[in-house]
Amino acid sequence: MRKFEHKDLLGMEALSSADIGLILDTAESLKSISARDIKKAPTLRGKSVVNFFYEPSTRTRSSFEIAAKRLSADTFSLSASTSSMVKGETLRDTAMNLQAMNPDVIVLRHSSSGAPYVFANELEASVINAGDGINEHPTQALLDLYTIRDKKGGIEGLKVVIIGDIAHSRVARSDIIGLLKMGAHVTVAGPPTLIPKGIEAMGVSVVNDPARAVKDCDVIMLLRVQFERQSKLLFPGIREYSTYFGLNENVIKGAKNDVIVMHPGPLNRGVEISNGVADGPYSVILDQVANGVAVRMAVLYLLIGGAKSDNVD
Amino acid sequence: MITLIKGGEVVNPHSGTVDEKDLVIENGKISGILSKGALGDSSSISETVDASGKVIIPGLVDMHVHLREPGFEYKETIASGAMAAAAGGYSAIACMPNTAPPNDCRAVTEFIIEQGRKARAAAVYPIATISKGQKGESLVDFCELAAAGAVGVSDDGSPVVNSELMRRALEYAQYCGLTVISHCEDLNLSKGGVMHEGEISTRIGLPGISGSSEDIFVYREISLARLTGCPVHIAHISTGVSVELVRRAKEEGLPVTAETTPHYFTLDHESLVGYDTRFKVNPPLRTSKDVDEIKKGLADGVIDVIATDHAPHDSLEKDVEFDKAAFGMIGLQTALPLTLELVRDGILTLPDAISRLSTNGAAILGIPGGEIKEGENADLAIIDMACEYRFEEKDILSKSKNSPFLGRMLKGSCDLTMVGGKIVYQRGA
Repeated sequence: MRKFEHKDLLGMEALSSADIGLILDTAESLKSISARDIKKAPTLRGKSVVNFFYEPSTRTRSSFEIAAKRLSADTFSLSASTSSMVKGETLRDTAMNLQAMNPDVIVLRHSSSGAPYVFANELEASVINAGDGINEHPTQALLDLYTIRDKKGGIEGLKVVIIGDIAHSRVARSDIIGLLKMGAHVTVAGPPTLIPKGIEAMGVSVVNDPARAVKDCDVIMLLRVQFERQSKLLFPGIREYSTYFGLNENVIKGAKNDVIVMHPGPLNRGVEISNGVADGPYSVILDQVANGVAVRMAVLYLLIGGAKSDNVD
Repeated sequence: MITLIKGGEVVNPHSGTVDEKDLVIENGKISGILSKGALGDSSSISETVDASGKVIIPGLVDMHVHLREPGFEYKETIASGAMAAAAGGYSAIACMPNTAPPNDCRAVTEFIIEQGRKARAAAVYPIATISKGQKGESLVDFCELAAAGAVGVSDDGSPVVNSELMRRALEYAQYCGLTVISHCEDLNLSKGGVMHEGEISTRIGLPGISGSSEDIFVYREISLARLTGCPVHIAHISTGVSVELVRRAKEEGLPVTAETTPHYFTLDHESLVGYDTRFKVNPPLRTSKDVDEIKKGLADGVIDVIATDHAPHDSLEKDVEFDKAAFGMIGLQTALPLTLELVRDGILTLPDAISRLSTNGAAILGIPGGEIKEGENADLAIIDMACEYRFEEKDILSKSKNSPFLGRMLKGSCDLTMVGGKIVYQRGA
């Protein structure tokens, strides 16, 4: 069996294509557990997984919780709405407090880019980044890669277009890194104000107009337009955005016939995605959610279960 | 009392020379610069300092430090900052007014001068605010502050947005003999940013601060200097474009001077990979191309001064989320060895390096120091150019330890610092 030689999963940046392949293969073999009558395997019995969420999240948190429970780990949820400094302690203090409870894995969602790195440096426990600021969201990228591989039979050579707020999206950043490592061609599209400076250096092409960007592509990934994170100066308004940068039936015509459409959720129907596309035949959005559980089971297993046994059943 | 410093090589930034000389110091002033051994044995000498194999420089002058007192004494005090300065070879430092309360009135200026006097380390010169409460609305009492001992004015990190107020500050300050120092930053453009905007910020997912946010205000100050004919000093230049703007202003003959800091010629934005908050500073560490332009600007004299922007912060402000962490790094004890790296790389001669670290800053602020000359105050430092060491936390005399250079090998160390003929720092003593 191939080895997964990482203590933490902080970002796609640190993973090799072989690591990514191993996670996807492991997810594949674990997926059947979720389809059984008794949805549980004893693999992580006695292990504790702490979900530590500094930012509100329903789907990522429940996905991790279900994944851990299906592998028989004990799960605890902690939430904090304020930064360490507001509480008068350093981020290191917070990390040390968690370590004192001796968990095996900390699943961390944090509004500040880079926060999981501080935890990973301080903690003996494995740290899984469940989204940090605008930096990375590696398990989302892994479930996206899983879904693409599942639907297309492979990732290498595919033409993938990511449309939306690239600048403020940790999903986009992780997807770009992961897709490029797996040999896909990546184009980003959206208003120039939402495309960050120097993005070409990551190895992607920039074509602002979605209609032109999606031409002959295999995969379209949409991002949520995050009004809550944005200043009013970034684009004129929702109506203008949906007209010129939203994905509707007309725009999608230029893509390959078997194109798939992905979205990390939650959807802004009528903004970045039309109802017709969201509910149409191209949409694999619900597959992504289902695959998220399998991929997170795989990550938990590889980080804390792998050394004990090769038998995942 | 007569002190003899013998056997050292004396750096003269004015003539650009380094000569073996013995120095005689009497009543706090330099009374003789003699050829080596010329004095012979004289019984009137009460103290002899052996500087054989060492270099004697005019005491360094840092025109940009933050001493945090009054208001933030847990980060630094005037005494601890002045002592750290002395250990770094500084005989004079000028402190920025962003304290609590800010230095916008005579009482605070006098308090700082008094605390500085009591510190018996590097001399401390206060810089007052430009506007009342650093609010950018109305001028402080420039003439009264100058009379109280302020040497310059600056609204520091809350730059004056209102261009008319800045214009009037330049005009009025010139009359009072105060140097106007501008921290150049378009706050709307830099808002929310935590590092240089570019390839690295995009890759590691941190909000960026563009070079434009600095360049726009540098050009505004140049334009106001042209309009008014009054001098303006640009603080901590970090971009290549700003260096070029100052170069053209100087070619035009405008009264514009500029400083940079060791971190802008030593580090670039690649340092931010890993989210170490010790590298978070404003203006942010830029690209390697900017670093090259800063070095060129230092070499050809476009950048007059190497200051430190010494900015002490406690772990409570630094060991936190990157975007929440305070901007700033300490620098008083690393500026000299980092500048000596430029000397070894052939970018600056030793006398030019000392002019950037001492002479030019003193001249811009109009304070004593910056040269070793008969009749002048004996403000000097003795440097061991060969001393090589790893910079460690235990070496830091500041109350705060937020140096990005911890663990770095440095070469060149201050053995002794003298202010007004009195030894205020001696290594190992």
